[in-house]
Amino acid sequence: MDAFILAQQLVNGVTLGTIYGLIAVGYTMVYGVIRMINFAHGDVYMVSAYIAAITLAVLHFFGFQSVPFALISILIITCVITGIYGWAIERVAYRPLRGSTKLAPLISAIGISLMLQSYVQISQGARDQGVPILIQGAFRFGEGQHFVQITYMQTVILIAALVAMGILTYVINYTRIGRECRATRQNRQISAILGVNTDRIISSVFVIGAATAAVGGTLVTFNYGSFNFFIGFVMGIKAFTAAVLGGIGSLPGAVLGGILLGLTEALFAGYVSTDYKDVFAFSLLIILLFFRPYGLLGRAEVQKV
Amino acid sequence: MSTTETTAGPLLQFESVHAHYGPVEALKAVDVQISKGEIVSLIGANGAGKTTLLATIFGAPRTSSGRILHRGEDISTLPTNRISRRGIALVPEGRQIFQDMTVEENLMMGTTPIGMGHFEEDRAQMFDLFPRLKERRSQTAGTMSGGEQQMLAIARAMMARPELILFDEPSLGLAPLVVKRVFEVLAEIAAMGKTIFLVEQNANHALKLSQRAYVMVNGRIHLSGESAALLDNAEVRKAYLGLH
Repeated sequence: MDAFILAQQLVNGVTLGTIYGLIAVGYTMVYGVIRMINFAHGDVYMVSAYIAAITLAVLHFFGFQSVPFALISILIITCVITGIYGWAIERVAYRPLRGSTKLAPLISAIGISLMLQSYVQISQGARDQGVPILIQGAFRFGEGQHFVQITYMQTVILIAALVAMGILTYVINYTRIGRECRATRQNRQISAILGVNTDRIISSVFVIGAATAAVGGTLVTFNYGSFNFFIGFVMGIKAFTAAVLGGIGSLPGAVLGGILLGLTEALFAGYVSTDYKDVFAFSLLIILLFFRPYGLLGRAEVQKV
Repeated sequence: MSTTETTAGPLLQFESVHAHYGPVEALKAVDVQISKGEIVSLIGANGAGKTTLLATIFGAPRTSSGRILHRGEDISTLPTNRISRRGIALVPEGRQIFQDMTVEENLMMGTTPIGMGHFEEDRAQMFDLFPRLKERRSQTAGTMSGGEQQMLAIARAMMARPELILFDEPSLGLAPLVVKRVFEVLAEIAAMGKTIFLVEQNANHALKLSQRAYVMVNGRIHLSGESAALLDNAEVRKAYLGLH
């Protein structure tokens, strides 16, 4: 067994896993606050990939060529615009259904998912789109056949994801809006009685979830260079799996679940078979849920009477 | 002393309030008045509609008819989160503190209507009133005992500097000594000049603390009057105090 192959798969797995984690945050936060699975979240991620590519084109059109500047401004602009999508989706498709059956917003989410796919397909075309790879090259450790490489883009992904998670953790734990998010998650009625505008908090959670997914969308776009209107489906399922694996509703759980899923996939792909890596990852989820039905860091819901 | 208040009438007034849970009529033509500075209690059996009465102040459920006047203004159609800004705070049934937050964070949540401007000062006051909370300030609230959680729920309500505090069964599920302490605290809070509306099944304690009281039966106000008089009322003694 080659230690270098193992190390390489670990690097790839962690990188992929942080992306899953970034997108899983949106599922877990929305579920935490309104107990709903936002099935349109994967497509919000997909939309962010297009926004990132369009922003790059616009920046190039205006003659901005500096890569660090481009990447940072694309990240910020994509987060903002995707955040607006998140806000609008909640406002239009979910809020009017609050207080109705649990099934209604779920159906509405599937509707939004289809709508976003069709809208991108019609406005941007059904074919794969590409962006130039902005950052090439890699750090290499080792010699000849035996080396581990971490591409510069992977480094960017890890740093950006770390920064995004750091900001998110800070906001949730130490700011007023974060405290109100946690309060609303624990007890919406009492939060409102204490004076929290819970509608505004729910909107914020959708914006935060969409913006975090946009960080993932931007990074993936510039890592792989190609995307289409359907990428949200598989990524959505993977990220949802990560959220469930970590314990839906738990923020650290989403990150942990993402990294675990990424590692599992990478190791299985590296040692056994690339074709069956998804089968293996989902089987693992099923087995884990047998033993921990609430995920790794999740807790049993206490049914209120 | 001259007052700038717009109305000399009651601070809070229920005017023929009806409310429903689905098809069930939980409140039937309820009239209740609370004046500034009073301690008013509402007693009644389990399921009589006492908690519902408090809940309608916050619009959950909304009244089906009738008005709830605060300083002469109808508040029955206001959004839930706007009520606390008017100086009305609730200590809810079953405490309902934020279990996963620390004691301090719970107190911070209490400041929502007025902001963090007086936080240090008010927290110090609450720590004086409840020394146990000071010891446990960084502890997760859900790990505390029922009595401590009740104290936290009261402190959280106080952090909004409310004029009127609504207490929903503050003695429920607590040991007799702790219940005694809760009622002492209520008296101290009243002495600070707060208006108190106390909903209780523990009629004995409630009637001894309050000046006036209402008795609720099946969603209606069945009796009302001076608390001292109700303590001597034969029906109240039999039904709520277990005396003959």
